[in-house]
Amino acid sequence: MQNIFIPIIYLFSAVFFILGLRQLSHPRTAPKGNTTAAIGMLLAIIATLLNNQILDFQTIFIGIVIGSAIGAVLAKRVEMTSMPQLVALFNGFGGGASLLVGAAEFYKDEPLVVFTLATVTISVLIGAVTFSGSLVAFSKLQGLLRGAPIKFRGQHSINGILAVSIILLAVYAVFDPTQASNAVLAIIVISLFLGILFVIPIGGADMPVVIALLNSFSGLAACATGFVIQNDALIISGSLVGASGIILTDIMCKGMNRTIWNVLFSGIGSDDGKSPLVVDPMKTVKSYEPEDTVVIFENAKQIVIVPGYGLAVAQAQHMVHELQKLLEKKGVIVKYAIHPVAGRMPGHMNVLLAEANIPYDSLYDLDQINPEFEETDVTLVIGANDVVNPAARHDTNSPIFGMPILDVDKSQTVFVLKRSMNPGFAGIENELFYKDNTIMIFGDAKDTISKLVFELK
Amino acid sequence: MNAQLLVEIYVFVLAVFVGFEVISKVPPTLHTPLMSGSNAISGITIVGALLATGSLPGTLSATLGLIAIILAMINVVGGFMVTGRMLRMFKK
Repeated sequence: MQNIFIPIIYLFSAVFFILGLRQLSHPRTAPKGNTTAAIGMLLAIIATLLNNQILDFQTIFIGIVIGSAIGAVLAKRVEMTSMPQLVALFNGFGGGASLLVGAAEFYKDEPLVVFTLATVTISVLIGAVTFSGSLVAFSKLQGLLRGAPIKFRGQHSINGILAVSIILLAVYAVFDPTQASNAVLAIIVISLFLGILFVIPIGGADMPVVIALLNSFSGLAACATGFVIQNDALIISGSLVGASGIILTDIMCKGMNRTIWNVLFSGIGSDDGKSPLVVDPMKTVKSYEPEDTVVIFENAKQIVIVPGYGLAVAQAQHMVHELQKLLEKKGVIVKYAIHPVAGRMPGHMNVLLAEANIPYDSLYDLDQINPEFEETDVTLVIGANDVVNPAARHDTNSPIFGMPILDVDKSQTVFVLKRSMNPGFAGIENELFYKDNTIMIFGDAKDTISKLVFELK
Repeated sequence: MNAQLLVEIYVFVLAVFVGFEVISKVPPTLHTPLMSGSNAISGITIVGALLATGSLPGTLSATLGLIAIILAMINVVGGFMVTGRMLRMFKK
């Protein structure tokens, strides 16, 4: 009897995952979707524990308690600005779990067939690359490692040699099963190295792409493990996550007008080969004090706020919400323009604004807001830089040429809140700052906005 | 190639299509919760970890499985909790 029930429960859990993800299509139904998916997971765990092969419940219990406790603490403590690190870390743990399950399946005392060996190789390879690669991404985002690309000569050749040696080891293990155990161990070690070497040459600005890609890998690792232990629940859930990660990776790449290969292998933001910034000494910027701008704000009909990661770093999102409420009371329409690569991971800026109780229906993405800039009286750029650089539209020499940008320069007046004239993450001069309709307000974003709020009151 | 493998490949290919269909409908504003939530789902490896730990007591596989249970549960519990925390912040 048991043998019929277990796969049926697995099927239910897969259905719950799909329904849960579908409910994520709207912020209103999304919390329910998350619960639905969690129930799916609970069902899968219960079904597995019903399996009569399981003899040792005590060890399982210990593992579940320890893992749940650590997970709960991490989930409760994390700051919203640190969400990318946490997701990177979780990706890594998912990959690590797949690696270990693949290895556990291999090292159990049963005669191996060639097919199992092949799937074990794929599962430990993807699992190990996801694990070590995610830990490097985590360290870069957390500031434990330098964010800039770490490059050395012959990097690509070394990666190539490592990849080929994994294949050779797998073939060797098939032909000489007595050595298979050592071969698999070597494959694991090499894959861990490969994961590190794969992520270290990628710069901090490209981390959103890498996290999305590793997200996909963590799903594919689960999927590969599903082939090892011949379990459809793992295959289905793993492919859903794999697909999700690939979609997000693609959106991120389009947001920067780059291909995934360019992100992975070119390391933008490194010092080599780029000319230093040349600023035309004839170009000048206008700068106002916050107090001088109040009249312009009060007389505006529509204001668009462009938040960047700098806003979250300055913890200015609550103050921005204050500003929004004040302006709306005076009859001004306030909208937020969110660039696809704003923040440090897909959708990061939306979460940071949601945390400050800013309603999600005042957030607009690039395609929705760009036609509106011409009718916008004031655009307020806070801590964003490259995503509003008009050079992306026309300057073929610019490293960001072709990247879709927010056309803020088309609005009547642009205020740019910035600490200093230092160039942004990618180290590119921003011609927006020198436009006639642009006014710089230097200083800490939170201070500046609180001064504005004070004056408007 | 055995029949079971073939069925698994069918399941895999169809699930990828379902994944693309369902996830392409998630709006950009929810992409971070999507990532953390799908991450929790990839903790489904817990199934393999439980089997490895529970069915082979005292072996190397069981030890590897125990570490896998811990990692996968961090992923599952942490992932769903943090996703819930984020989603509750989205207000109209």
